[in-house]
Amino acid sequence: MSLLAESSSLKKTPLTDRHVALGAKIVDFSGWAMPVYYSSIIAEHQWVRRSCGIFDVSHLGEIRVSGEGAFAFLQARLTNDMNKLRDGKILYHLICDELGMTLDDILVYQAKPDDFYLIVNAGNIERDFQALEKYVPDSVKLENHSDQMACIAAQGPRSEEVMKRVLGLDLSSLGYYHFREEQWNGSPVWVSRSGYTGEDGFEIFSQNDLAPAIWDRLMDSAPSEGILPAGLGARNTLRLEAGNVLYGHELDTQTTPLEAGLQWAVSFDKGSFVGRDGMLIQKDKGLRKKLIGFRMLDKSVAREHYPVYQGERKIGGVTSGSYGPTVGGSIGMAFVVKGSSEEPGTRMDIEIHGRRAPAEIVKLPFVPMKHKNRPKAEG
Amino acid sequence: MDTSKLKYTETHEWVSLSGNVATIGISDHAQKEISDVVFVELPAMSRSLKQKESAMVIESVKAAFDIYAPVNGKVIAVNEKLKNKPELVNQSPYQDGWLFKIECSNPGEADSLLTEDAYNSFKSTAHH
Repeated sequence: MSLLAESSSLKKTPLTDRHVALGAKIVDFSGWAMPVYYSSIIAEHQWVRRSCGIFDVSHLGEIRVSGEGAFAFLQARLTNDMNKLRDGKILYHLICDELGMTLDDILVYQAKPDDFYLIVNAGNIERDFQALEKYVPDSVKLENHSDQMACIAAQGPRSEEVMKRVLGLDLSSLGYYHFREEQWNGSPVWVSRSGYTGEDGFEIFSQNDLAPAIWDRLMDSAPSEGILPAGLGARNTLRLEAGNVLYGHELDTQTTPLEAGLQWAVSFDKGSFVGRDGMLIQKDKGLRKKLIGFRMLDKSVAREHYPVYQGERKIGGVTSGSYGPTVGGSIGMAFVVKGSSEEPGTRMDIEIHGRRAPAEIVKLPFVPMKHKNRPKAEG
Repeated sequence: MDTSKLKYTETHEWVSLSGNVATIGISDHAQKEISDVVFVELPAMSRSLKQKESAMVIESVKAAFDIYAPVNGKVIAVNEKLKNKPELVNQSPYQDGWLFKIECSNPGEADSLLTEDAYNSFKSTAHH
């Protein structure tokens, strides 16, 4: 076997040195030196499902969009309906090119009317900024805050208690996909009830220099409060079980949001937006491919790009695949072409190391969602 | 177990030679890097393997890893226990977590593999 190379040219977060000191295995993730696991992906995954795991997600990008006309600009640039936002609310969007292909999936935080923060994937920060710049009117200011901001996620059923007992932040009234500014040690932080794991949890955004103190406070209480640091490996298996797409796998510039099953985040009714016409044409013609979830019927593991068959016909390819520690089996997501069955229960075969392994389409997500304070209206 | 008598490859397999039978596994260093092993696809019995040929695959939560034949020969045994307990590769890489046995075509070949000291210095310096 060959092992991953380590490189010193990677970008560091304010917490990288702490991960190294904890003995984490560090990998290159979109140009960042990030911990993939500290001790074991499975143990960290299970810990998040049962208690509280803390993640360094400072590689995420933050782009501020503010000034007169910011709302109208984002309404015409992004896919979801900005009218769903209020001060302190978060909305999931896609940012598409003119053909409706996906440039990124992002969260928009509304601080005030005409003052928004876009949380974007680490690997897409520059391209997103350019895609915004291309359409931005003079009255709207774009600022890339990614290099100044850190983010720590606390995920799992004990997160609310940990936030209160360890960080002194009472967030019991904070709704799912809502955020607010809090003071921590005399400095402002933004805390949102959000995450990527399918569990209740929070994300704490701060200036870089504050993040180590927050992390240390959490780690000092780790044994007594049931906190464990968790790496990107567990983040990936948790998001996969939760049926969450990951840019670069289920989404890319060859894929529309509709194909990836994200039509709920695309508002055709709101008026014109970049990518709308392309997606409407695609809707009329029928989608070329559709994202499905699958479970392997044996113990083999399907990985990205492995071909998918129904009978002798090749119908698609795997986008993400892994052992799912909570599911207790091998799971994944794949694109299948138009005309092949997407029905749960449909048998498929996946080519794994030169042989066909049996799999079955299952409904996403793989595990029940455990989000708290979720307004009924959002379904 | 005394690992000092083992031979190693630069691809992190270990070899224990007894007569013309080579038992093969992966090093403790490798199992730590691979992390949680969830599936082991063992080689077919009687399969002929060439040195450095991919013999089998270990799947961890992280990724799939090819395991290469350290010597030329024929597969004469596989560790059946790994089918239900793949985690033995992590828990006991040098004993219960062995992978397969080869009947060597040329037992002298193993002499050219790395000694434990050479492997230890290789893994601490190499850009593997």
